Amino acid sequence: MLKNKLKIGGSWIAILVLIVVPSIIYGDKFFSTTNAFNVLRQMSMIGLISIGMTCVILTAGIDLSVGATVALAAVLSAMLTEKSVFLAIFVPVLAGIFIGAVNGFIIARLKIVPFIATLAVQMAVRGIAYIITDIKSISVSEHAASFAILGRGYLYGIPIPVLILALVLVIMGFVCQRTSFGRSLYAIGGNEDAAKMMGIKVARNKAIAYVLTGAFSGLAGVILCSRLGAGQPLSGTGWEMDAVAAVAIGGTLLSGGVGGVWKTLSGVLITALIGNIINLQGNVNTYVQQIVMGAIVLVVIIIQRRTQMKES
Amino acid sequence: MGNEYILEMKGISKSFSSVKVLHEVDFRIKKGEVHALMGENGAGKSTLIKILTGIYSRDGGTILFDGKEIHPADALEAQKAGISTIYQEISLIGQLSVAENIYIGREIKKHGAIDWKAINEKSRELLAGLGLDIDVTKVLSSYGTAIQQMVAIARSILIDAKLVIMDEATSSLDDDEVKILFNIIRKLKAQGISVLFISHRLPEIFEIADSLTVLKDGSLVGEYRTADLTRKELVSKMIGHDAENIVEVKRTYRKVSGEEYLKVSDIQSGIKLKGLNLTIHRGEIVGLAGLLGAGRTELARVIFGIDRKDKGEIWIDGKPVEFKLPAHAIGHGLAFCSEDRKVEGIIPNLTIAENISIANMKEVSRFGVIHHAKQRAVAKEYIEKIRIKTTGTDQKIKNLSGGNQQKVILARWLSMKPDFIILDEPTRGIDVGAKKEIEDLIREISAEGISVLLISSEFEELIRNCDRVEVLRDGKNAGCLRGEEITENNIMSLIATGKVETGGGQSE
Ligand SMILES: Nc1ncnc2c1ncn2[C@@H]1O[C@H](COP(=O)(O)OP(=O)(O)OP(=O)(O)O)[C@@H](O)[C@H]1O
Ligand SMILES: [Mg+2]
Repeated sequence: MLKNKLKIGGSWIAILVLIVVPSIIYGDKFFSTTNAFNVLRQMSMIGLISIGMTCVILTAGIDLSVGATVALAAVLSAMLTEKSVFLAIFVPVLAGIFIGAVNGFIIARLKIVPFIATLAVQMAVRGIAYIITDIKSISVSEHAASFAILGRGYLYGIPIPVLILALVLVIMGFVCQRTSFGRSLYAIGGNEDAAKMMGIKVARNKAIAYVLTGAFSGLAGVILCSRLGAGQPLSGTGWEMDAVAAVAIGGTLLSGGVGGVWKTLSGVLITALIGNIINLQGNVNTYVQQIVMGAIVLVVIIIQRRTQMKES
Repeated sequence: MGNEYILEMKGISKSFSSVKVLHEVDFRIKKGEVHALMGENGAGKSTLIKILTGIYSRDGGTILFDGKEIHPADALEAQKAGISTIYQEISLIGQLSVAENIYIGREIKKHGAIDWKAINEKSRELLAGLGLDIDVTKVLSSYGTAIQQMVAIARSILIDAKLVIMDEATSSLDDDEVKILFNIIRKLKAQGISVLFISHRLPEIFEIADSLTVLKDGSLVGEYRTADLTRKELVSKMIGHDAENIVEVKRTYRKVSGEEYLKVSDIQSGIKLKGLNLTIHRGEIVGLAGLLGAGRTELARVIFGIDRKDKGEIWIDGKPVEFKLPAHAIGHGLAFCSEDRKVEGIIPNLTIAENISIANMKEVSRFGVIHHAKQRAVAKEYIEKIRIKTTGTDQKIKNLSGGNQQKVILARWLSMKPDFIILDEPTRGIDVGAKKEIEDLIREISAEGISVLLISSEFEELIRNCDRVEVLRDGKNAGCLRGEEITENNIMSLIATGKVETGGGQSE
């Protein structure tokens, strides 16, 4: 157990550095509750997606459709605010679950490689989002004032999206560590044939991983819509790569079988902190920002791998 | 009720892409008996088992288990019916902990959540019962093949099974571990549980099996009581003709007086090797005997540049060498056929021909372009020489039977025509007939001047083939036997006590 805690050491040290150094440089501007909540709220949506993505990657899969799912969920949510807040929250999540189920079916049943399967689904879902909106942003209905609470509200002084992320994280952490389903993800990613021979329901559990990812992406879309007060068909573009990066930075192997959602939290935090720091620097050209971001991510991953190799 | 058979398979047929590998096979096992399934590599043993456990679907036939007809569609269903299986291929998961490998799929739960403490505790107890005292929270891949095999055994006896299937479970175990396993099998039997046992080691069959079924080329040869058969009779049933010169232990040692080829002195590395010496002459076959963990494989890995040494020196042809990479060793004319062929050796989706020539591309290429005809010719030569059972040189290696995959890997190294070859358990999992052919081939290449280091846990193999046997014990040399001194007794007592019991050989 102690060993397990030490293992995540590498990325948490990186996080510490990313907090201490800017605190010294920027002082209050960085090291404040407001900014901390800013970072956390920024990362809550990618965080949710990354948790699902972790499950998928543990099985040695990948889900490229999450960004498109976010967009479709967001526009559905905005449209449904006309009807009721309840529908605006639940229908998009159901849509996410449905997309996940389609992914799961194609991958687990039809045995199409995840990369191709989810790429195809990504295109289709994005297309649907374009068609139903005519590629226009859809505003949240004025009568649905309470809908904004989800993305912008606070509970006990903590932003609600952050609370949602924390809740999902705790639940999924438990699922991965303490349930048969969770462990089977590791077994499948470790050696799918062996898992099958051990009597694990490989196809079913793989599919569930995609369904979960779909559900979390749908939820992320609803939060996004609530925060922006609008559903945009172009939103969520490239998020799948941000999520994959966060999972990898956290230390979950893309080859499957090793990692976990708490590790992914560290990966999400690292990317969010880097983004925040670059933002504080101000007046940096966005393209330069991207280069810097890429460079830092690379450095963090190299350090990660180094420490991991030493541990094993 | 009142049925004395736990399992009755009738008229089982199976084809893989139009090649028929099982022809209406009848197979049955009584309640509470240990039943061996015998046959050459590729006879169809593993296939029959996989049909029983739902990994493969059958083309025809019925399966009665415990009096009821079953149609297992996957491994889980077979497990639920009461069939527990150790497959020939490693069927565990390296990245998970030892304890989890034992319990996955049927975790111990408390309030609906997995109870890791209980799982670790129980695993520790279970393995202790198998004579294994290891850290069960460490990942499985950090342990060697033998321990992994014991973990698989632990897993299989944990299920509440009526039939336990062991497909070559003993192939990577040493004598002591086999003894422990046999005790467990006897316990299972006493509880009325049946055991289906597969092994190419005949002494094991005669020790543990009550009855046996022989398959040949996918057809049933017959069902026999073990006590009614002699070893020779069994072998001739398996190979389909007289077994005269196969089962006999015939010595072939020679006095090798060629020049010294390899010299290793005072090798120390980690905690496994504590100062080992070894000399091999040109064209000599030197055996390495010892228990698991005595340092045999470790020594080979250091020589070949896979592991680092802390101290000591290696000379080849009188010149000191130090290989940092296996590639350097290969460049120097060395070859190493490792014991862990399943993991290290096979490239599943490549053909037999490709798998053989992969370490020796130069030989089959012209101007850097692979010459397919040449590649196939090499493969063909070995398919005949060591009787690899296949539909042709272009069959994917993953579709061969376990023993035949091993033969392909062996062919890879033998075809390199190295100056020196290290063979780590070369005949593990290989049937008696092919074993003889492989041994003949080893002697043939040594006659051509190739030096051989033969690591083997089978004393008979050492006795039959070696000019000299070096016995290791606890990472040190325990003694050296040559010629007539190489006997089972001498090897055993050197392993056990470090001394030779009666006169004869002395360590040097
Ligand atoms: N998946 C497959 N596709 C095609 N052929 C196969 C497949 N699996 C097995 N075979 C063929 O079926 C035959 C029987 O194989 P099987 O593995 O049952 O042999 P075995 O008796 O277990 O041999 P061994 O002692 O080497 O383990 C072999 O000729 C093999 O090439
Ligand atoms: Mg087999």
